[in-house]
Amino acid sequence: MTTTANSLRQGPDDMGRFGLFGGRFVAETLMPLILELDEAYKAAKADPSFQDELDYLNKHYIGRPSPLYFAERLTEHLGGAKIYFKRDELNHTGSHKINNCIGQILLAKRMGKPRIIAETGAGQHGVATATVCARFGYPCVVYMGAKDVERQAPNVFRMKLLGAEIIPVTAGQGTLKDSMNEALRDWVTNVDDTYYLIGTAAGPHPFPQMVRDFQSVIGRETKEQMMEAEGRLPDMLIAAVGGGSNAIGLFHPFLDDKDVQIVGVEAGGKGLDGDEHCASLTAGKPGVLHGNRTYLLQNYDGQIDEGASISAGLDYPGIGPEHAFLRDSGRVEYVPIMDDEALEAFQLLTRLEGIIPALEPSHALAELVKRAPKMDKDQIIVMNLCGRGDKDVFTAAKHLGVDLGE
Amino acid sequence: MTQRMDDAFAATRAENRPALVTFVMAGDPNFDTAKEIVLGLPDAGADVIELGMPFSDPMADGPSIQAAGQRALKGGQDMKKTLELVRQFRATNSTTPIVLMGYYNPIYIYGVDQFLADALDAGVDGLIVVDLPPEEDDELCIPALNKGLNFIRLATPTTDDKRLPQVLANTSGFVYYVSMTGITGSALSNPTNISAAVKRLNQHTDLPICVGFGIKTEADAKNIGAQADGVVVGTVLVNAVADSVAAGESATQAADRVHTIVRDLARGCRAAR
Repeated sequence: MTTTANSLRQGPDDMGRFGLFGGRFVAETLMPLILELDEAYKAAKADPSFQDELDYLNKHYIGRPSPLYFAERLTEHLGGAKIYFKRDELNHTGSHKINNCIGQILLAKRMGKPRIIAETGAGQHGVATATVCARFGYPCVVYMGAKDVERQAPNVFRMKLLGAEIIPVTAGQGTLKDSMNEALRDWVTNVDDTYYLIGTAAGPHPFPQMVRDFQSVIGRETKEQMMEAEGRLPDMLIAAVGGGSNAIGLFHPFLDDKDVQIVGVEAGGKGLDGDEHCASLTAGKPGVLHGNRTYLLQNYDGQIDEGASISAGLDYPGIGPEHAFLRDSGRVEYVPIMDDEALEAFQLLTRLEGIIPALEPSHALAELVKRAPKMDKDQIIVMNLCGRGDKDVFTAAKHLGVDLGE
Repeated sequence: MTQRMDDAFAATRAENRPALVTFVMAGDPNFDTAKEIVLGLPDAGADVIELGMPFSDPMADGPSIQAAGQRALKGGQDMKKTLELVRQFRATNSTTPIVLMGYYNPIYIYGVDQFLADALDAGVDGLIVVDLPPEEDDELCIPALNKGLNFIRLATPTTDDKRLPQVLANTSGFVYYVSMTGITGSALSNPTNISAAVKRLNQHTDLPICVGFGIKTEADAKNIGAQADGVVVGTVLVNAVADSVAAGESATQAADRVHTIVRDLARGCRAAR
C-alpha cells in the first residue's frame, strides 16, 4: 500500500465518518440491516468473482469504458483550456446512474434480498434501477413524488415498461426527500426480503462509500484515458453535484493528485438569496437527515427545506457526506450555477458539439464556460458529462418559450 | 429527572398494573390546544407522557404522526415552544414524567449542550431520539446521561440477542419495545410474540419494558398490558386531534376527545392483571 497518512482517500472510518460527516443515524429497526449490508459489501469487495461479474456487466451491458472526448469546437469557441468530456451520457439508460445500480443489484443478489426498492426524483435513478431489476428478474418498487410522477411522464412509462411498480408519494411535500423517507419506511417494514438501492452517494454508512466505489469507475477510466491522450493528468475536473454521485465518482481517484484542481457545481436555482435553490454546500449548514450528517438546507429550528432547481436531478436539500468533508477540507471548491446559466450552456453544447446534455451536467458546463477562457491553451479541463438531455427537452422547451403541444 | 421516572414505574408496579405511556405531538395543531391536551393527560390516566418534537422528515413514522408533526409546524411550533410547553406542564404537575420524542436534527441545530440544559430546566425526564442508535451514543446519549436525563432506547424484533446488550447498555428509564418492524400506526402484531419478546428483554435488563406500535383500544391495552410493564399509545391519540381539527372544534373539544380515549386505555391497563 502506498497511501499516506494524510491521504484524502481513506474515508470513511469504522464509524462511517468522513471527518465530522456521514455516520449511521437510523432507527434501531434498520441498524441490523445496515450492519449486515456493511459486512456483505466488505465480503463482496474481497471476492474476485464479484469484481469479475461487475467488470463483465460494466463492459457488455453498460458499454464501459465511456469515451473521453476532446471537444474541439467548444475549446476553440472558448479560446482557453483544452476541454475533454467524460461521456457517461453514452451509458446504457443514458446516465451515470447505471454504474451504481449494477453494482448494488449484484450485492442484493449475493445477499439473497430479491425485492428491490428505490427512490427517484426526475426518474433517472428509477429507470436505471428498473432496468437492472428487469435484467436480473427482481420485483422493483420505485417511490416517486406525486408531483414528479406528473412532470416526468415519459420516465414513469419507461419504468412501467421495465416492470417496476411506481408508488406516488404524497406524504410531506411529495418531492425527492419525501420519496427517500417513504423508501426508508418501506425498508423498515419489509426488513427480511428487501434491498434498498439508494441512488446517490448519501444515506447511512455504508451507502456513501459503496455508491462512491461503484461510481469511481468514472475517475479511474478518466485517469487512464487522459494519460493515453495527453500523457499527463488534467489541470481541472468539473462535475455537477446534486446528491453528488457522479461528481464523487470522477473526483475520488484524483483527490491525492494535488495539482489537479477540483470544482463541484451546485444548483443555484433562481438565486441563493431566496429559497428556490439546492446549493446545500454554499448556503446550507451541517445537520442530520436520511442517516447521515452533512450540509443541509434547513431553517433555524432544524426543519428541512425543499430544494428547487430547473434540473429535477439536483433537487435535493442535502449532499453526500464525503462532499461535505471535501468542502470543509478545502480540497474541492463548490460553486452555484443558476437555472438560466445552465439553460444557456445546454444550448451552447448542443449547437457546437451536437451533444444534447442533461440539465444536471449543463450546470457543470456553465461553470466550465466561465473558467476555460481564463486558462492557458496548454491547460486541460475534464468535465463529467454524466447524462444525456433527451429527458429534458420538454423542460428546456418550456423555459425557452416553445410550445411542443404536450 | 431520573427519580420521577423511577417513582412512576414503582407506583404502577405497586398497583400491580402496567403503566400507560401516552404520546402526543407538541404544538398539534397549535400551542394552546396541545397545552390543554397535555395538562389533562395525568388526570385522564396517563402515567408517563411522551411529547413529540415535530420534525419535517420523520422517517420512522406512519402517516398519522407525520401529519401531526406537519400540523404542529404549520401552527408555529419549534423547539423553544416545545420546551416552553414542558415548563408550563411542570408548573401544574411535579410527578408525571415527560419524555421528549423525535429526531436528532432539531436538537443538533438547537445545540446539544444548550438543549440538555434547557430541557432539564424545563422539567424533562427523558429523551427518545429515533435516529440515534447505540453506534451514535457519543452524540447525545452519553451527554444526556451525564446530565441526569434518561435516554430511552427502542428495541425491535430485528434487535437480536447479539445486539441487545449493546442496545441496552446506555438505556435508562424504560425500554420501549417496538412490537413489530415498520412504522408507527401499523396493525397490532401477534400477542404471543410480544410475550416472548418481553421475556427475552427481561433476561437482559431490569428496566421496565413498555410495548408500543399498534395499541389502539381498551382491549389492546388490557391484552398487551398483561404481558409488559407498560403500554405506549400514540397514533390513536393524534388521530383524535386530526378528527377534531377536521371537525373545526375548539381546543377544549380536542382535549376532550384525547382524554376520553386515554381514560378508556387507562381502564384497560387497570384490568390487565
